[in-house]
Amino acid sequence: MKQGKALLEVKGLRVAVAGNEILKGVDLTIRDGEVHAIMGPNGSGKSTLAQVLAGHPAYAVLAGGATYEGKDLLDMKPEERARAGVFLAFQYPVEIRGITNSYFLRSALNALRRERGEAELDPIDFLQFLEQKLKAIGWDDSMMNRPVNEGFSGGEKKRNEILQLAVLEPRLAILDETDSGLDIDALKTVAETVNTLRAPNRSFLIVTHYQRLLNYITPDVVHVLADGRIVKSGGPELAQELEVRGYDWLRDAAMVS
Amino acid sequence: MTSIEAHVQQPYKYGFVTDIESEVVPAGLNEDVIRLISAKKGEPEWMLEWRLKAYRNWLKMSEPHWPNVKYGPIDYQAISYYAAPKKLPKLDSLDQVDPKLVATFEKLGIPIEEQKRLTGVAVDAVFDSVSVATTFQAELAKFGVIFCPISQAIREHPELVQKYLGTVVPHNDNYFAALNTAVFTDGSFVYVPKGVRCPLELSTYFRINASSTGQFERTLIIADEGSYVSYLEGCSAPMRDEHQLHAAVVELVALERATIKYSTIQNWYPGDEEGKGGIYNFVTKRGKCAGASSKISWTQVETGSAITWKYPGCILQGDNSIGEFYSVAVTSHKQQADTGTKMIHLGKNTRSTIVSKGISAGRGQNTYRGLVKIMKGAEGARNYSQCDSMLIGDKCGAHTFPYIDVRNSTAIMEHEASTSKIGEDQIFYLRQRGLSAEDAVSMIVNGFCKEVFKELPMEFAVEATRLLGISLEGSIG
Repeated sequence: MKQGKALLEVKGLRVAVAGNEILKGVDLTIRDGEVHAIMGPNGSGKSTLAQVLAGHPAYAVLAGGATYEGKDLLDMKPEERARAGVFLAFQYPVEIRGITNSYFLRSALNALRRERGEAELDPIDFLQFLEQKLKAIGWDDSMMNRPVNEGFSGGEKKRNEILQLAVLEPRLAILDETDSGLDIDALKTVAETVNTLRAPNRSFLIVTHYQRLLNYITPDVVHVLADGRIVKSGGPELAQELEVRGYDWLRDAAMVS
Repeated sequence: MTSIEAHVQQPYKYGFVTDIESEVVPAGLNEDVIRLISAKKGEPEWMLEWRLKAYRNWLKMSEPHWPNVKYGPIDYQAISYYAAPKKLPKLDSLDQVDPKLVATFEKLGIPIEEQKRLTGVAVDAVFDSVSVATTFQAELAKFGVIFCPISQAIREHPELVQKYLGTVVPHNDNYFAALNTAVFTDGSFVYVPKGVRCPLELSTYFRINASSTGQFERTLIIADEGSYVSYLEGCSAPMRDEHQLHAAVVELVALERATIKYSTIQNWYPGDEEGKGGIYNFVTKRGKCAGASSKISWTQVETGSAITWKYPGCILQGDNSIGEFYSVAVTSHKQQADTGTKMIHLGKNTRSTIVSKGISAGRGQNTYRGLVKIMKGAEGARNYSQCDSMLIGDKCGAHTFPYIDVRNSTAIMEHEASTSKIGEDQIFYLRQRGLSAEDAVSMIVNGFCKEVFKELPMEFAVEATRLLGISLEGSIG
């Protein structure tokens, strides 16, 4: 595979939350158009990595750094990262009462468009834009006029994250356990949408505990995170191996090293 | 949470003082002061007698201290009970009015000059103790609608005033209502005749300007059979270190099949971060659904005042009558609010709806206090109450005191309550989608208040959301 330009470069990243060091030196390079999967047992720091890249204020960076498009990512506010094209599909999306999905998405899209110096979309233009996006991924608009995530089932919340991804068209999409809580049909829908959205100028970091999402989305690189470090990286076959052997053999290896 | 708190605690934008020549009656309260006010307003004898009766009652009453608010003693003898600009317009012409007054209202977004008037809205502009101008009076008169300062109504429509004034809030109803009855100066009077749908939104804007004064407004709205009127009041005051008292009384009367929609955007000076200064807003508002199938709907957005004490209520006397109360109350800095409603069900199949949203930030204390009373004869009465509280930061408080008194077993009551906190996770979620922290808070608060904002007249919904420092969701579509 022809190597693109490095979009995200993480070096020696150490991160603590509430005084506990979770990431103990992570190195990771994601190039344009690549799909990386981060796998690992519970508590290995997968979600911490996703959250810290998006800028959650509860996470303290102890050492190391991360650049995005050559800029210091960790120096940017969460909204600046978002406007620069970093998108996080949340593991636990929050509810926003009284605000429709459609209004929320338009506000978010317009924040991005303002950053890019593009004209904001009024509600009518936005509806047309949205229709095209929905058509492209084969979804209907049934979620658009409901309040953001309010009364959504677990699966609907996750689908809503992917819908936002499709509308906001990020350069770097981080999926934090998007597959958890999805039944097989929903999993397939989400995976198909992600595959549709794969593009030379869009990279993915897919955080997952199980290999099953990777049956539908073939990653370029698979990393195993254990005890705050990436202990092994490989191709898609590594995910298959983990499915069979579990994580313990890698964890043991990490302890020894 | 600093960015969130900073956003909620924006500086007060209406705190300027108009430098204008005013006539201010010396501080103090006694029968002579009341006679003086009555004389200045050119009132008939019966009005003066009513004021004096209220005053004599008030002397025997004591200030209520059951609300969940704290403040030092009020010296009623240190307040001036009448202040008015010296140059006032004659009749309905602004020719002789001090241009500073016109400029003041313009600055507040209430243009009163003929060519600049708001379309679709008739405005009564009250400055300290007097009405400065009432727009569109002649146009409304064509429909038989009377919209004028109450002092004018007392002189020109004594039969209507005498028939209804004090019938909903008696002169001795409570301490502050009695005080108001004794010393009230101006406010608005509205009469909508039978079968008329008032063609304009009616609005009164109250401005306190003079220092060491109190404002005691009195409003009376009568909707005759089958009529409809939508009325909105707004208010503001300069920033001062002293507390100023605002004790208003509002009475609404809806006859058979009439509807009154009463909206308030209350933005009195709230005091500074340390609780210095600010208005004491001690107000009695009550509507009577006197006729069958009548309806009274209160909507209030309370963002100002150091202390708010008000319970706009409905007496549901007519069978099948409807009472509604929609409220957003915001307390930040050291503001305190004890507000809610009273729904008194007397008639058969009467219905009431209460939706209260309390938002507390800074060191603000927000109390919902509401009474739903179903009397014996109120066969088939229904009430739905929803009280939601939102906390921003960890130094504020939210309190809920719902009182329910049911004396008829056919009544159906529903009460829902919730308390939520704007969390860092919610803010982070929205920021991750590209919104600034300020816009994120706005969106969350706006969504929380949506059920109330949608009850406001279109012309004022924008103002209300802007007041909360939030962009308007759903203004289009």
